[in-house]
Amino acid sequence: MSRITAQFNALKNNHKKALIPFITAGDPILDLTVELMHLLVASGADMIELGIPFSDPMADGPVIQRGSERALRNGTNTDDVFNIVKEFRVENESTPVILMSYLNPIEAIGYTTFVEKAAAAGVDGLIIVDLPPEESATLSAVLRLHSIDQIFLISPTTSGERLDRICAVASGFLYYVSLKGVTGSSKLDVEAVGDKLNEIRRKTILPLGVGFGIKNPQIVEAVGRVSDAVVVGSALVERIAQNIGNHEKLKSEITIFTRSLRAALDRIG
Amino acid sequence: MSKVNKKSSIPEIESYQSMPDQHGHFGAYGGRFVSETLMEPLEELEQAYKKYAQDPAFIAAFEQCLKYYVGRPSPLYHAERWSERLGGAQIYLKREDLNHTGAHKINNTVGQGLLAKLMGKRRVIAETGAGQHGVATATVAARYGMECVVYMGAEDIQRQAINVFRMKLLGATVVAVEAGSKTLKDALNEAMRDWVTNIDDTFYIIGTVAGPHPYPMMVRDFNAVVGREARQQCQEQTGRLPDSLVACVGGGSNAIGLFHPFLDEKEVSLYGVEAAGDGLNTNRHAAPLNAGIPGVLHGNRTYLMEDKYGQIIETHSISAGLDYPGVGPEHAWLKDTGRANYVSVKDSEALQAFHDLTRIEGIMPALESSHALAYTAKIAPKMKKEAIIIANLSGRGDKDIHTVAAHEGITC
Repeated sequence: MSRITAQFNALKNNHKKALIPFITAGDPILDLTVELMHLLVASGADMIELGIPFSDPMADGPVIQRGSERALRNGTNTDDVFNIVKEFRVENESTPVILMSYLNPIEAIGYTTFVEKAAAAGVDGLIIVDLPPEESATLSAVLRLHSIDQIFLISPTTSGERLDRICAVASGFLYYVSLKGVTGSSKLDVEAVGDKLNEIRRKTILPLGVGFGIKNPQIVEAVGRVSDAVVVGSALVERIAQNIGNHEKLKSEITIFTRSLRAALDRIG
Repeated sequence: MSKVNKKSSIPEIESYQSMPDQHGHFGAYGGRFVSETLMEPLEELEQAYKKYAQDPAFIAAFEQCLKYYVGRPSPLYHAERWSERLGGAQIYLKREDLNHTGAHKINNTVGQGLLAKLMGKRRVIAETGAGQHGVATATVAARYGMECVVYMGAEDIQRQAINVFRMKLLGATVVAVEAGSKTLKDALNEAMRDWVTNIDDTFYIIGTVAGPHPYPMMVRDFNAVVGREARQQCQEQTGRLPDSLVACVGGGSNAIGLFHPFLDEKEVSLYGVEAAGDGLNTNRHAAPLNAGIPGVLHGNRTYLMEDKYGQIIETHSISAGLDYPGVGPEHAWLKDTGRANYVSVKDSEALQAFHDLTRIEGIMPALESSHALAYTAKIAPKMKKEAIIIANLSGRGDKDIHTVAAHEGITC
């Protein structure tokens, strides 16, 4: 059983919802990322979504774009990301780590090499923003060989046959994009999200995570009530951006914020 | 439609005009690599395009626009003085610079604008580099009464101020993109973000033969009028087909428009000219087919300028319209199959061609098109006097006079 599945099972047994924070590897500096990951876990994260920075993050809003730019400016590359996960695993063997990437950094290294390195580092899942299932067969096969879950996105516009197809190939969990837009948008409609999740549940037994536009404890709680997991990205990255000059303050802000999200999720149940 | 040749197991290409396949692939290139939210809108667009492309009423409306609004057919002009000066082949210029708004870009925006209207979209968006596509989109939006937003890199806004004014006068909102390298690729990212946020009422008019399927096919089809006319005009004026076609390649829309109707005429050689900037050995260029590797960007697999970790690297060309790290997937396929040749010319060579055509023929070409002219000037002297080259004069140079003046220290 993968770490991701094991974690969801454990949470379900305890009647809890998963909190999945997102940060970009190397933002604001490479040396801080492992520490931030431990801090997120200590503050209540159940899994970590770690972004591989990319020069052209088309699906992301300005906050995560700038995080990606900061990481690239200080020289963060894909091998650094694998090393970060490896180092994180020295102290933490149980918390799932999911890499979020655009396809080109994976193509550049080569599917097999990328997946082998990710598996060796202790990566559990991969989200590729711009790789729909129609183009994914080759990479999916390599991921299965190395027991890395491939987490697909489902959007408000996904319906019918495509929804079936995605449910058939996904593993770990399904990531529902809460709105039509980029990360960090602010037009999330919780009721519509709930309706769509019900539709998806009729097609799959996989846990359902929700991300995009989840920026405070109130939304976390509301979305947590209808889903199995919430992903919080831009709101965290914004707190990193505001404190790039003061790492102690950055860490304490991240801790306080993540705890508040945990507390909100734990009010459900 | 390729079949496997049993002897060598290399697919034998029956027709170079049969691409893309039903999934939008040109061999290993093309496809649809976008976030999930865009998959359904792209499917909807593909279905709408397929339907209207067969619809006699749509075709008639499109042709009517090309004739009376764009001013087609554009002339095929025998540049006799320039040909004589170069001392070799006879050079014919396909005068896309004489189209309404001054470039080939309007062929495509008229087509997509009509499609947007029929699909019931009230708002169009576009990305632009040199500003020609932005102007062509703003023009069509004005004509059809649609709201128009154009994304343009902040650096390009500086380089192409005249076109920014034109877009504003046409009623478009021009958004300066400050992210990344502040050029065309970043404008494309930003337009994609707008589209994913406003898909219900917005039509994204992509200006080149790149992007997710069906854009490379659709933009090619709308521009193929260039090649169809050139073919007929060449027959009428010279009694035969040309020996060579030359066109500049940024994303590659004017080149594919000229090439496509000739792809199966294998005796016609095709030259796509990329921007070598300061030189291919300097890292300051925009020539992915000559110096890049295959990767995935902006929704399609194609040749890209990237580092070993797949990060897109900044490009350079004196011509904003060629300053792009990718290229249309059909060009990637034509390169790999060997059907077309992809070459490059430097900024300095393009500038020389700009001046030569201006002084010898009284035609001021766009800096983009000047790349095609510079390569034409390289090959023409080596060819016989009876040989025929058609060079695509894809746009006029008015928009570039400030760039040329600043580069050469010319003052009023």
